[in-house]
Amino acid sequence: MTALIFLIFAGIAVFCGISLVVQTHPIACALSLIGVMGSLAVLYLQLGGEFIAAAQVIVYAGAVMVLFVFTIMLLNAGAETTTFHASRFVKYLGVVLLAAFLGLISFIIQATLPKTEGVVFGNFQGTPVDVGHSLFTSYLLPFEVTSVLILIALVGAIVLARKEI
Amino acid sequence: MNFLILSLIKAALVAFVLLTTLAYLQWIERKVIAHVQLRVGPYRVGPHGLMQPLADVVKLITKEGLIPSHVNRLFYLLAPFVAVALALTSIAVIPFGPEISIGPVTTWMQLTDLRIGILFVLAVSSIGVYGVALGGWASNNKYSLLGGLRSSAQMISYELPLALAVSAPLLLANTLSFREMVNYQSGYWLGFIPRWNLFPEIIGFIVFMIASFAETNRVPFDLPEAENELVAGFHTEYSSMNFAAFFMAEYSNMVTVTAVATLLFLGGWQPPFPAPYSDFVPILVFAIAGLIALYHGLNPARRMDKFTLPATAVVFLGIAAIFGLSLFVPVLKTILMALFWFCGKVLVLLFIFIWVRATLPRFRYDQLMRFAWTFLFPIAMINLLVTSLIVALTTK
Repeated sequence: MTALIFLIFAGIAVFCGISLVVQTHPIACALSLIGVMGSLAVLYLQLGGEFIAAAQVIVYAGAVMVLFVFTIMLLNAGAETTTFHASRFVKYLGVVLLAAFLGLISFIIQATLPKTEGVVFGNFQGTPVDVGHSLFTSYLLPFEVTSVLILIALVGAIVLARKEI
Repeated sequence: MNFLILSLIKAALVAFVLLTTLAYLQWIERKVIAHVQLRVGPYRVGPHGLMQPLADVVKLITKEGLIPSHVNRLFYLLAPFVAVALALTSIAVIPFGPEISIGPVTTWMQLTDLRIGILFVLAVSSIGVYGVALGGWASNNKYSLLGGLRSSAQMISYELPLALAVSAPLLLANTLSFREMVNYQSGYWLGFIPRWNLFPEIIGFIVFMIASFAETNRVPFDLPEAENELVAGFHTEYSSMNFAAFFMAEYSNMVTVTAVATLLFLGGWQPPFPAPYSDFVPILVFAIAGLIALYHGLNPARRMDKFTLPATAVVFLGIAAIFGLSLFVPVLKTILMALFWFCGKVLVLLFIFIWVRATLPRFRYDQLMRFAWTFLFPIAMINLLVTSLIVALTTK
């Protein structure tokens, strides 16, 4: 059952990822990215990282991507017109190279990763309590430094925007 | 297998009740607004217009579903689906009552209890923006686009004070699960004041209610569909069932938001009085309502009242009798009491939503944004800070 759900949502994630690259319309690209994030959230949920899954949906799909979509709509960006015309030879060569590349990657993963110690579904400590505990004990310094980084980004954005006003 | 069958039964029951409620919520809204404005409201279809929702559904289904030219077909058809599907999803984590056991079966009056139930509701509502934004954009109409843009900007802005207001009771109860949240609020201070989060978190509750008006695009924050500037906003180009989907999504969001407010601030299904007294409240309420209806039926002001009001009285007195009977059947009593208090609180909050719509004028757009960012957000922030300080000082 878990393997089936994993395959379905991993499949959706890969499909949406390809669609993100292939689509020509910005809105369609943005929605594909939301699809990727949503299916990733399901995978996190399957691993037991329920807080991470909820945060993924709220922050990425619900806040960041809404702003992306909002900007695309405001600018009324139309479909992308391709200026690059590849020759037929290059296209066929691309397919062969892509297949070779994917084969190489899967071979490396098969060869280097241990076979028995895979990720066990639901074995990941991801409750809000665990996440909060590790954020404020083992990862306190990175956490605080990130908050300063975000503050710098905020101030930078305001300074940059002020010039325009 | 047992779990599967039980879940299916519960899901079917909840879906049926929710969809009926959504249809009748519209009738209640039209009636209440009509009475506020000294009109009678829907009156023609059935007694007191009670069949009006059914007539509306038939009307919407049989209408032609028009797709305007030059719209982005996929997104145009996807948008209402996204809106209504996500709006209906949230009900899955809402608990309606405590654990009950009917014969050999023991179950909670809830579809599923997530440990992150509250985050789930927030996540689903934050995705719900796409339905409105996409609908506005895909319609290829400048009014729709403006409505969609306004709606997404408004929902992002008001999500912040909403989330901050929700965080404060979470800190008090130290949980993210609705069930534990309600259990935390059981009991009474000094024997008669209910331990609801409403009292320590009154500011949080007010901020939550204001922000939820904006989240559900209701008056006075219904800028996305301001009819005097934007025709009908994001759903201008929608007709038939697509339009009905947006409509259902709005009402469903209203139900979800009021249910969440009930669970977080008003103690869920916990009665406001200690148990021996609160058991008699439903009987009293329904009996008095029945007697009033009977009195007006015997002294009719209008011609049809002779028939409709006694019938209403019989229904009310019957409900009162069922509640009275349930005092002797423990299982029935648990279910009915929980449902009575939960639905009662939700209905009171829904009535406030409708009351506000009948009373207040619409905000101007810049006022709306300034209110969210310079007033509501700081208030919610200070409330959260004070709450966390108190929690930090009182817990060891």
